[in-house]
Amino acid sequence: MIEFTDVVKSYSVGNRALKGVSMQIEDGEFAFLVGPSGSGKSTIIKLITGELKPTSGTVHVNGYSLERIRKREIPYLRRTVGIVFQDFRLIQNKTVYENVAFVMRAIGAQEKEIRERVPYVLNLVGLDTKSRRHPGELSGGEQQRLAIARALVNNPSTIIADEPTGNLDPARSLEIMSLLMEINNLGTTMLVVTHAKDLVERFQKRVIAIDDGLIIGDGMDGYYTHEDQ
Amino acid sequence: MKINNIGYLMKEGIRGIFLHGFMSFAAVCVTVACLLIVGGFSCLMYNLSIMVEDLNKTNQVMVYVDENYTDAEARSVGTLINKVDNVFQATFVSREEALEDFVADHGGDSAFVGVDANPLRHRFVVLLEDNSLIEQTVAQLQKVEGVVKISAAYELAQGFTTLQDVLHIASIAVIGVLLLVSLLIISNTVKLAMYDRRDEIAIMKMVGATNGFIRLPYVVEGFTLGMIGAGLAFGVLWLLYDALLGRLASVDTLQLLNFVPFQELLLPMISIFCAAGLFVGIVGSWTSIRKFMDV
Repeated sequence: MIEFTDVVKSYSVGNRALKGVSMQIEDGEFAFLVGPSGSGKSTIIKLITGELKPTSGTVHVNGYSLERIRKREIPYLRRTVGIVFQDFRLIQNKTVYENVAFVMRAIGAQEKEIRERVPYVLNLVGLDTKSRRHPGELSGGEQQRLAIARALVNNPSTIIADEPTGNLDPARSLEIMSLLMEINNLGTTMLVVTHAKDLVERFQKRVIAIDDGLIIGDGMDGYYTHEDQ
Repeated sequence: MKINNIGYLMKEGIRGIFLHGFMSFAAVCVTVACLLIVGGFSCLMYNLSIMVEDLNKTNQVMVYVDENYTDAEARSVGTLINKVDNVFQATFVSREEALEDFVADHGGDSAFVGVDANPLRHRFVVLLEDNSLIEQTVAQLQKVEGVVKISAAYELAQGFTTLQDVLHIASIAVIGVLLLVSLLIISNTVKLAMYDRRDEIAIMKMVGATNGFIRLPYVVEGFTLGMIGAGLAFGVLWLLYDALLGRLASVDTLQLLNFVPFQELLLPMISIFCAAGLFVGIVGSWTSIRKFMDV
């Protein structure tokens, strides 16, 4: 579960990225986080992954209180949150298989477990036949599917997808969104940050709209923007 | 970091060397160059210090024995002299030998032909272990039964001691500065290698890898590169040193310069190179990576 209560985040005096954000995303829920550039979306992601600490208010993510989390606990928090980035952020000199396997190694998984789990996840995202390729040899859609496999392999309770379709054409975007929806159906909490209004409208899920550091809309009934208010 | 990861992380460290071939090559080259300079200078300073020490040992203390002692009695004083602390060697010179030396020193002047050696005393030519302790040693020698007079070049001994001290301090200062500069250069090279891989480190952080898990391959890599650099530098220094000694031996006028063979320097050089390689590799990669871990 992700819970923000009156969260304020200031980067410097007078520059508040978040001005009192409160929201709650339940386990197994699917939600879109939408808003224009500079609205505070990235700050929310950074707070969820422990990259930042709130200036005031409380942030709870999968049992961790982010306002008082210790540095050495952050890796363990991140293991409960899989992240998918717009620019994929794959390790170019590792194969498809290794890009996924090293995440399991990072948590100390046994080789036997890795040999079983990685092919399963690659199969789930449709990359089982390309496990020996390097990211540079894959298309944009395939790279994003690989990033999803990496986020998924440790079975995190939450996946945050930051503009997962930002670099993809409409057909690949739909494919990726459908894949994320499938994963959500398996019980993983999904928070998708996006600008793609058409996709948000198409999937009819909860939409949290943010603008200028404030939640300006939260519901199932469409794409909220400041202008819509 | 769990124990079953160790093998994988070691392999990753070794793999990293080949994967980032150019940066590895640059790091090894810089390490070799720096260690060659430090090692070469250390060899030079060590040899200089040995030469001064040898020169110092030629400074003699003359210990004169009571003129009433017979030849045998005078020789027996040598046993007592050798027991005195700091005495390296005591060589007996009879009054006859002393006269011969005296005549020889004066070019065999005919005026000394037929002169009786009797007025002269039997004596010992004493060499000391440490000339800086000459005054204390002379005081001890004066207490030896049968010794009536001692002649020592205190100023010369003092001069050698000062020269050795200056050489010692200069060696430490220059080697220290060279080592520091080398470490900074090597550390910067490692930092560049790390900068090249900052994205990889950031990804590892984001997927929940612990700092230990991220660091170990880099430390293994740094250690391996440091040791390769140290090994190469050691080999090259050995070859250069032997080649230089060969050249010196072939020049007659340089025979006085008594350089020690490299085998004699083996242990201290291996220790210095290994320590520097280890320090540079492990500490360099450990501290360089820290900057990129704060994600």
